[in-house]
Amino acid sequence: MTTAPQNTPSPNGPSPSADGATTAPAAGATPAASITPTPLISLEGIHKAFGDLHVLKGCDLEVAAGEVTVLIGPSGSGKSTLLRCINQLEEPTAGRVRIAGVTQGYAEEPLADGRWQKLPSAQIARQRSRIGMVFQRFHLFPHMTALENVMEAPIQVLGRGKAEAKEAALALLDRVGLGDRADHYPSELSGGQQQRVAIARALAMEPELMLFDEPTSALDPELVAEVLSVLKELAEGGMTMIVVSHEMGFAREVADQVVFMDDGLIVEQGTPEQVIDHPGSERLKGFLASVL
Amino acid sequence: MSTQTPAAPAARRPADPIPGRIRAKRPPRPGTWISAVIVALLVLGLANFLVTNPVFDWGTVATFILDVKVVQGVGWTLLITVLSMILGTAIALTAAIMRRSENPVLRGVSWAYIFVFRGTPVYTQLVFWGLFTVIVPKLALGVPFGPELFSFSTRDYFPAFWAAVVGLALNEGAYLAEIIRSGLNSVDKGQTEASKALGMSNGKILRRIIIPQAMRVIVPPLGNETIGMLKTTSLVLAVPFTLDLTFASNAIANKLYAPIPLLIVAALWYLAITSVLMVGQHFLERYFGRGFDDRTGSPAAKRSRQSAVNRAGTTPKDSLPEVEL
Repeated sequence: MTTAPQNTPSPNGPSPSADGATTAPAAGATPAASITPTPLISLEGIHKAFGDLHVLKGCDLEVAAGEVTVLIGPSGSGKSTLLRCINQLEEPTAGRVRIAGVTQGYAEEPLADGRWQKLPSAQIARQRSRIGMVFQRFHLFPHMTALENVMEAPIQVLGRGKAEAKEAALALLDRVGLGDRADHYPSELSGGQQQRVAIARALAMEPELMLFDEPTSALDPELVAEVLSVLKELAEGGMTMIVVSHEMGFAREVADQVVFMDDGLIVEQGTPEQVIDHPGSERLKGFLASVL
Repeated sequence: MSTQTPAAPAARRPADPIPGRIRAKRPPRPGTWISAVIVALLVLGLANFLVTNPVFDWGTVATFILDVKVVQGVGWTLLITVLSMILGTAIALTAAIMRRSENPVLRGVSWAYIFVFRGTPVYTQLVFWGLFTVIVPKLALGVPFGPELFSFSTRDYFPAFWAAVVGLALNEGAYLAEIIRSGLNSVDKGQTEASKALGMSNGKILRRIIIPQAMRVIVPPLGNETIGMLKTTSLVLAVPFTLDLTFASNAIANKLYAPIPLLIVAALWYLAITSVLMVGQHFLERYFGRGFDDRTGSPAAKRSRQSAVNRAGTTPKDSLPEVEL
């Protein structure tokens, strides 16, 4: 956190493709049909630098409510960093993140001297609480049982009563197929089960959208399907999701929008058919050849 | 030793599921045997020395081990140990959290506190706290250069007992701060990120997520420090506080001109208290190790992870529908 340079978000203008290099849709037609006038998530000109390392170089992305977006790209292309900018685990070096029209982390308008007023940490926490996140390495609380993991945030953040939180948590564990594992500690669960608990934990906050950062990358191959099936059910239930994933089969089946990132830029975006089956750029062709 | 006929056990337990079980014979270890005999002889010699040497005067030890002054001394020693450890832990936690702060003033003050209180002898510090009421005879709260709202004499509120507790706690806090800091640092950064992503506040993340996990790392050295503190209380004479176990037994020894039996009385009591503290530490470690160590914690945790995974029959027979990819 200390290495983050001074934040001066400067929206790069209204057009999402103002950066020129940003989008090169393969089949001409952008997936305009699925994008509503007010997107739930809107990223405008996101840059992120860690010291001298320029990880994101101006990314624009819009995701409509209920839409599933899968972010693909080679490792180091900035997918996870972009995802983490959405719930402010990373502070963008430039650019603006809006959720349901509300700027994240800063006041809506710049101050008179051109600087941006950062929000107090309590308000940032409140913004984060509306966004669920699932990590590659689960990050369950190891000193709590599966049930306690799921109950923790509703009690501590939303101020729910214990009985109410427990009932909701048990229902969620049932939903991810782990109702009978409620009293197990994470160390007693397989990777796939841990990840499903992590999904239940995020859902317990009743988020407006869910972020998945390579949710199946740390799993043994035979455990991937059980996690993907939960994701698929969530998508069918209308949850807005952004998933960083290498699972092309999942992307093709579930995604409304596939976004290909390379070297800190969004290179192509469109429907799974457009991006996966009819790649436009050489970089995407090369990437797909290496993962398919 | 006895040469049993192999048929006898085989007749009793005919169904060994493992065929051809290896019946191993250890290789000879003469060196081990010789050294064991030598050590045993030395121990016997020591026991003989302890029992027969009249200097130890076990009769006097038996007379005074439950002496009122001695037992009261045990009580005071325990009380000082417990209070100064509690106070010391609170100070240490504050100092450790200050060390992690982004504010240079908080970081600097914490560093300076640790530097001074870890870097000077505890005996010196105890003498200082004993003189505190002389150095600061009156404490007053008021407007600077203005009227005094109220004041009190420190001598009325800061007896030798509290000087001892505060002195020991401040010294201990400096050591514990480093232990707690390393404990806090030992918790995976992903834990903080996961709790942040859930919208938890920094205070709650620390209280609910980080500290409980750090305790697993902190408790073993904390137990060590507590046992160390138990014995450091013998220095409270410097304050001077004169009711603790060491002072009480020394006082009796001086009266009787029999120092050695009463040293043994004190030593036996310190050993007894240490044993009790070790039991307490065991339970603390088990509590904070829950979810981490399969050998400890709840009965559920005793089952190994692998058996849990196997029993779970995770993927193929799962209740969830499979995704066709």
